[in-house]
Amino acid sequence: MSNDYSIETFDLCKYYGELKAVDKLSLKIKKGEIFGLLGPNGAGKTTAISMLCTILPPTSGKATVNGFDVAREPAQVRKSIGIVFQAPSVDDLLTGRENLRMHTLLFKMPREIRRQRIEEVLKLVDLEKRADDLIRTYSGGMRRRLELARGMMHSPTVLFLDEPTLGLDPQTREHMWKYIQTLAKREKMTVMLTTHYMEEAELLCDRIGIIDVGKIIALDTPEALKAQLGGDNITLRAKNPNMAALRKIDCVKAVHRKGDQLQIVLKSGECNLKKILLKAGDVKNVELKPTTLNDVFLHYTGKEIREESGEGGFWQRVMGERSK
Amino acid sequence: MSELEGIYAVCLRELKVYMREKERVVSSLISPILWLVAFGTGLGSVVSIEGVNYQTYIYPGVLVMSVLFSSLFYGVYVIWDRKLDFLKEVLVAPLSRVSIFIGKVLGGCTTVAIQSAALLVIGYFIGLALPLETFLWVLLLLFVLSVALVSLGLAIGANMKSPEGFMLVANFVIWPLFFFSGALYPLDSLPAWLAGVTNVNPVTYGVDAVRGAVIGVQHFPLMVDIGVMLLLSLFVIVVGTWSFRRMHD
Repeated sequence: MSNDYSIETFDLCKYYGELKAVDKLSLKIKKGEIFGLLGPNGAGKTTAISMLCTILPPTSGKATVNGFDVAREPAQVRKSIGIVFQAPSVDDLLTGRENLRMHTLLFKMPREIRRQRIEEVLKLVDLEKRADDLIRTYSGGMRRRLELARGMMHSPTVLFLDEPTLGLDPQTREHMWKYIQTLAKREKMTVMLTTHYMEEAELLCDRIGIIDVGKIIALDTPEALKAQLGGDNITLRAKNPNMAALRKIDCVKAVHRKGDQLQIVLKSGECNLKKILLKAGDVKNVELKPTTLNDVFLHYTGKEIREESGEGGFWQRVMGERSK
Repeated sequence: MSELEGIYAVCLRELKVYMREKERVVSSLISPILWLVAFGTGLGSVVSIEGVNYQTYIYPGVLVMSVLFSSLFYGVYVIWDRKLDFLKEVLVAPLSRVSIFIGKVLGGCTTVAIQSAALLVIGYFIGLALPLETFLWVLLLLFVLSVALVSLGLAIGANMKSPEGFMLVANFVIWPLFFFSGALYPLDSLPAWLAGVTNVNPVTYGVDAVRGAVIGVQHFPLMVDIGVMLLLSLFVIVVGTWSFRRMHD
């Protein structure tokens, strides 16, 4: 039954001429779930979310949010969802409270509950004291928190977060995670977020869809995704390794090579490291680490998700647009 | 009705942003004052038209000019807001595009009216005092004109992608509208080609109505002036609404 799912997509596509930004995306996201779309920049995450939020019309395929068709019933979809955009979208020249008040009016919230709800969400994100200051004076983390507060202002059942911690420092990012987790639980919301941060996806999400060039390439719980890859990972630097021999070793599942760097994925269970080192040639550094989502991504695409971002920063965006 | 509250929210936001950007308020007053004080006084020392001093004669034209510039350039904020994503929040709200457009128009017209009122008050200090009824009547005429011009600015803004592009187009629209409007000269004894151009320029009728109110000299009947402004408003509002409907972020 569609009632069990907050979001369903069927072969959802968005093409820009030849470019397939999102290609046949089929997803089912359960009620109350925190679902993450993980992928590198340009993978199609924002495009996918924009279609679900009815900002972008799909090229083909179908999607429903809370049972409403995004193409045919955009108004109902919009009323039932909250969105935190990738780029900051709170008004600089308004105060925190004014931004929230504007949201109550735009989303046609009943007059009686407006004031109370504003106080409530301000408290949830710990911004009561700064509520009457202009957003201009807020830090990046505070802006983000206000946007989170605004996103859930009208008590949506589904909350979309597009790169919620992009550009925040590590500490602030951890704070954001706590807020997201607590709020999702408290407000009983289904959350769909996009990110290119591994830890973020791993920590927050019940299930993760790994997306690359518009396609979902793996979809499961973080644990299951990692388990698919088997055991630990050995990264080493070696000159002239014997690739063929390495691949033949019993406990080796896969070997990837990038310059003089080798990544060897082991199968679960025991493994004799000596055998590997013997075949690896002139070994310099050896590092042993448990499987991460990055390895999962690497396994499916043969490339790493690079954490440094070329898009999305507020000023990069402004300057980038200007130089276009 | 909740749609009305949405319009109010959009409009209120524009007003607040305007009042908080002091540079915007001040800069919008500078060039009209320069026109009046420098140009008006300078040329006024040797020229008088229709029996009034030249500075007084161009006062209505300068008022209209200030409305023309501020109204059209107001459209550029739609592009910035879209670029900086401030508009996204409004665009995803369950509010119709028509309401968003109307809210923006009302917000823009109110800011322009505030500016016109400021100019009218400044007029008192440079010898261009108006009786209260005239003051209010002129303010109303300028407001009607601003509805058309703000809508035009927004329509251009909704169709342009970059502020630079907007500036190009806006300048291309503004200067002819200004120079061919009779803001700086009387329409009575123009060569045929110039008369033809001024007659099709809708801003001409705005200048004419305001001049009629301020110095009692009018080229067209008042009803024609007001009729043209209202028709133009209606037309541009339709175009603007349509532009907002098909506007993506």
